[in-house]
Amino acid sequence: MAWNVKPEELLQYDFKVPQKDWMDVPAEFRPGNWCYPGKPEIVEYLNKSTHGQFPYARKWVPTDEDWKLPENWRDIIRDGFRERLDKYRSFKVFMDICVRCGACADKCHFYIGGGDPKNMPVLRAELLRSIYRGEFTLAGKILGKLAGARKLEEDVVKEWFLYFYQCTECRRCSLFCPYGIDTAEITMMARELLHLVGLNINWILEPASNSNRTGNHMGIQPHAYYDMMDFMCEDIEDITGVKVNCPVNEKGHEVLFITPSGDIFADPGTYTYMGYLMLFHEIGLDYTWSTYASEGGNFGLFTSDGLMKKLNAKMYAEAQRLGVKYIIGGECGHMWRVVNQYMDTMNGPADFLETPVSPITGTRFDNAAGTSMIHITEFTADLMKHNKLKLDPSRNDHLRVTYHDSCNPARAMGLLDEPRYVIQNVCNNFYEMPEETIREKTFCCAGGSGLNTDEYMEMRMRGGLPRGNALRYVQEKHDVNMLATICAIDRATLPPLANYWAPGVDVTGVHEMVANALVMDGEIPREVNLRQEPLPGAE
Amino acid sequence: MNALYSLFAVFVLILVGMGGTAAGMTHLFGVVIPYLAIAIFFVGFVAKVIGWAKSPVPFRIPTTGGQMKSHDWIRHSKLDNPQTTGQTIARMALEILCFRSLFRNLAVQRFGSTEDGVDMKVRYASSKWLWGFALLFHYSFLIVFVRHFRLFTDPVPGFLSGLEFFDGLLQLGVPTLYLTDVFLVLGATFLLLRRALLPQVRYISLVADYFPLFLILSVACSGIMMRYFGKTDIMAVKELTMGLFSFAPAAHIEGIGAIFYIHLFLVCVLIAYFPFSKLMHLGGVFLSPTRNLPNDNRAKHHRNPWNDPNVKAHSYADYEDEFREKMVEAGLPVEKGLDEAAQTEAQ
Repeated sequence: MAWNVKPEELLQYDFKVPQKDWMDVPAEFRPGNWCYPGKPEIVEYLNKSTHGQFPYARKWVPTDEDWKLPENWRDIIRDGFRERLDKYRSFKVFMDICVRCGACADKCHFYIGGGDPKNMPVLRAELLRSIYRGEFTLAGKILGKLAGARKLEEDVVKEWFLYFYQCTECRRCSLFCPYGIDTAEITMMARELLHLVGLNINWILEPASNSNRTGNHMGIQPHAYYDMMDFMCEDIEDITGVKVNCPVNEKGHEVLFITPSGDIFADPGTYTYMGYLMLFHEIGLDYTWSTYASEGGNFGLFTSDGLMKKLNAKMYAEAQRLGVKYIIGGECGHMWRVVNQYMDTMNGPADFLETPVSPITGTRFDNAAGTSMIHITEFTADLMKHNKLKLDPSRNDHLRVTYHDSCNPARAMGLLDEPRYVIQNVCNNFYEMPEETIREKTFCCAGGSGLNTDEYMEMRMRGGLPRGNALRYVQEKHDVNMLATICAIDRATLPPLANYWAPGVDVTGVHEMVANALVMDGEIPREVNLRQEPLPGAE
Repeated sequence: MNALYSLFAVFVLILVGMGGTAAGMTHLFGVVIPYLAIAIFFVGFVAKVIGWAKSPVPFRIPTTGGQMKSHDWIRHSKLDNPQTTGQTIARMALEILCFRSLFRNLAVQRFGSTEDGVDMKVRYASSKWLWGFALLFHYSFLIVFVRHFRLFTDPVPGFLSGLEFFDGLLQLGVPTLYLTDVFLVLGATFLLLRRALLPQVRYISLVADYFPLFLILSVACSGIMMRYFGKTDIMAVKELTMGLFSFAPAAHIEGIGAIFYIHLFLVCVLIAYFPFSKLMHLGGVFLSPTRNLPNDNRAKHHRNPWNDPNVKAHSYADYEDEFREKMVEAGLPVEKGLDEAAQTEAQ
């Protein structure tokens, strides 16, 4: 379905609210605001792999009246709800303490760009809270609607499916909430409940099942992965004259490197991938890639805690098999949320790994002593600080760069200054977007949490408005023509977003710029950059 | 509509208080109900907190609002991205005492024209009204609450007299006007009007959002009437309250007007209602996992009590079994050669 609504048409919305009570406004499914359901065979495969966590695989369509829910769906959801209240203090507390002050309301990119009041984080959470009150509190049972309670009806579940797949789990609302209520946490719970009755979306489940089987979301098999790397090495040799080493699945190295498979699969991520290869070759890092753990990202995070754990477990399993000392992770957003907030708890402690120490500078990464996994920009910033890299930033002089903080490194980790330090070392023209739209207040690309699919383009462009707007601001003010980011989903979602809201701005990974500025031993005079475009002054 | 329901409920409560006093049920309203309300409050509050605490915190999920602890030469944002217990306590203190997250608040504004899409923009203005009035409301309420302890203590501690002195600094009128009385009404009125007048906030508001505000306003107003207009015999009231707090309630005290019993009854309703309402954010804010945990997951191991050891990755062995031939053909290292694998298969 080609989606071709013009920006001026998309902007015909306001922040008005309906006259009716929100409980009486039904969910409206229209092209561009929902994602295709999971294919039965994919759901069945995952159900088998997880011993029954993805039941009721079936063909169903959100626009149909009948969603073919299992007979006892109410009991399933009720029990699932109770189970999660008992497992997560966050969920229980967040169900109880919201005062509906509305501080979060206009912090959501989907609300800012669409005006649907149910995209206010507070109301999105109320979709669940109203059921919580109706099913689990005395007041709700007695007073019903007077206590803000609802009965569990099919319409409620439909509403959940619509709106909990209109949340990218970016946590911007959580930053502004006086109690730190985290809509991401609530969305995760809601999606888990939906999985219990067989409601899910294919764009998340197919990558997740691919990742389980082939090691990466794209379903790239080992030999094909290796071929792609080979191809990149040839490109690098053409451009630089240097034959970089590319160790794969090799035992006995010091470091395992894992990056999202989006980097090997699609432009502009591929140039970032080449950047990693060149950097590691240049510093002589003793490391290996892995085809078995060829995915940093984890679509389990957008699915359920069990699947997240299962997919993430590969990282440590492979590190142990290959006998490395520690892991370096590439430029990926939600991968780092999983690594920073979940990995060690789910699949640790990783006793077979050591505290990372940079073999080039001797810097000890005590902040990663437990997980033994460091971010590539932490690693590279340290190299630069110690002057271990020969750099020629003028090769990036044709770029006027701004930087987009990805939600997860910003609000679930706090990785803000390292990438900026790296960028400022490799390019001379760097400009920040307005401060309300960057760092911890950064706006989502509107394709996070597994919603970066084409049939969802209207919501992506709506949700992309705040970021697109900030981008256009620096484009008009500073002639910015390049948006740097450290996230593979960003590299997939931001090109169409920029094209829509700020045409003329391109997207790059940080290590693509690093590699273009990197002066390598034995290189030929560089005439083109990694994209095979002539370098400034070389025309 | 939700606001009207709440207003109506509070009116009914006031009438109940009036009717009870008129019918001479002073023992019920002066002794039984207060004891009952306080009992409900403590039992309910503790039960709620225990209920929350019973659920574990499986993962450390602090919302990071600043630069993490990284290299020595990168400035660590200790308050918004705490790494240690001390820093986390400082973050929580700012959150609880200064409403730090609310201080960040921004308001979205659209401007430009929609005629030509690209000229339509959004901007973000600082928006500190809610933060300011919320602080005013909460702190006034706290001071008013603390001031009431002069009725339960004998002799009255010095700090209470000091507090009263500063609260009445303006020396307006007789009895001296307490500033916090005014601020409490002002703060609650702002919160109420904001809720009733802003369409988006009205849209999300439930009966349970208006009710506490009306109730607190009626408590404040009945208290103010008692002090400044109704002229209640304060010594008689103190006799009653001291009796309550020493668990030896006086049988019948003369000279306490109806307005006092209405005030007391509304307070009792507020206290009893507290544990079952959104007012529990008082307790919940301390237990919010996105604020009360340090961001030290990569440095230290944390345990999840219900972590399932049976959830395992799709194993490398299975992966290699599926793709071995292709791996060998591509020249990738394998754990088992083709022959060895064939032998295993045959066995």
